[in-house]
Amino acid sequence: MRKSTFEANFHNLDDIRDFVGEAARQLGFSEKEIYSIQLAADEASTNIIEHAYAGIDNGTIEIDCSIADDELKIVMRDNGRAFDPSSVPEPNVKADLSERKIGGLGMYLMRKLMDEVFYESLPEGWNILTMIKRKGAAG
Amino acid sequence: MEITTKKFKSCDLVVVNGRIDSSTAPQLTETLEGITDDGRYKIVLDMSDLEYMSSAGFRALLSSQRVCKRYNRGEIVLANVPERVKEALELAGFTELFKNFNDAIEAVGNF
Repeated sequence: MRKSTFEANFHNLDDIRDFVGEAARQLGFSEKEIYSIQLAADEASTNIIEHAYAGIDNGTIEIDCSIADDELKIVMRDNGRAFDPSSVPEPNVKADLSERKIGGLGMYLMRKLMDEVFYESLPEGWNILTMIKRKGAAG
Repeated sequence: MEITTKKFKSCDLVVVNGRIDSSTAPQLTETLEGITDDGRYKIVLDMSDLEYMSSAGFRALLSSQRVCKRYNRGEIVLANVPERVKEALELAGFTELFKNFNDAIEAVGNF
């Protein structure tokens, strides 16, 4: 298992993508799968920075990557605002230009790119996002 | 990320080199707004050197496409979209919002 802590800042997205990309490469995911995993991690981190830590300085994101059998599990921990995923409507990806909304797109992509995505908000103030991708499953 | 622009008679060519994410998307927005603020609404976005794009990039493109297509005055078209970026655009339902060309010359010729 690899663990790293990043300052919650967009400038660290490169490093975050590299970090999860390393773990994905180690497990032997395809280039397409690695890109998907990096994109999902980027979208997740962006949401944490934009929403969990909105107006909060010096937030951090702890990321654990663990590999078991054919599965990569990425866990991201933050102690910003609690988040209720059910409060984010799914974007309408068929709406025409004027109707199209961007909100919710990050989460939508995460759910499409990864096999499992789930959130927990602990009473002590930690938010925990878990994303799992299995090797060889479609996409 | 580096962005270069070139003005043609019929349109503006924007070439993006590198990665577009929440950190760099503002540069893309600034570039596109610079063009539309000048009253130019026909834009080719050449993605041949684009390595990666997240929804922050999609957001920038959507915003500018709305401005360009208003009153039918123009549009943003995409050229040389890399496979990985194309897949993500498809996932997000964005491919139908932008015309797509295999190379920049063809795209510029569209205008």
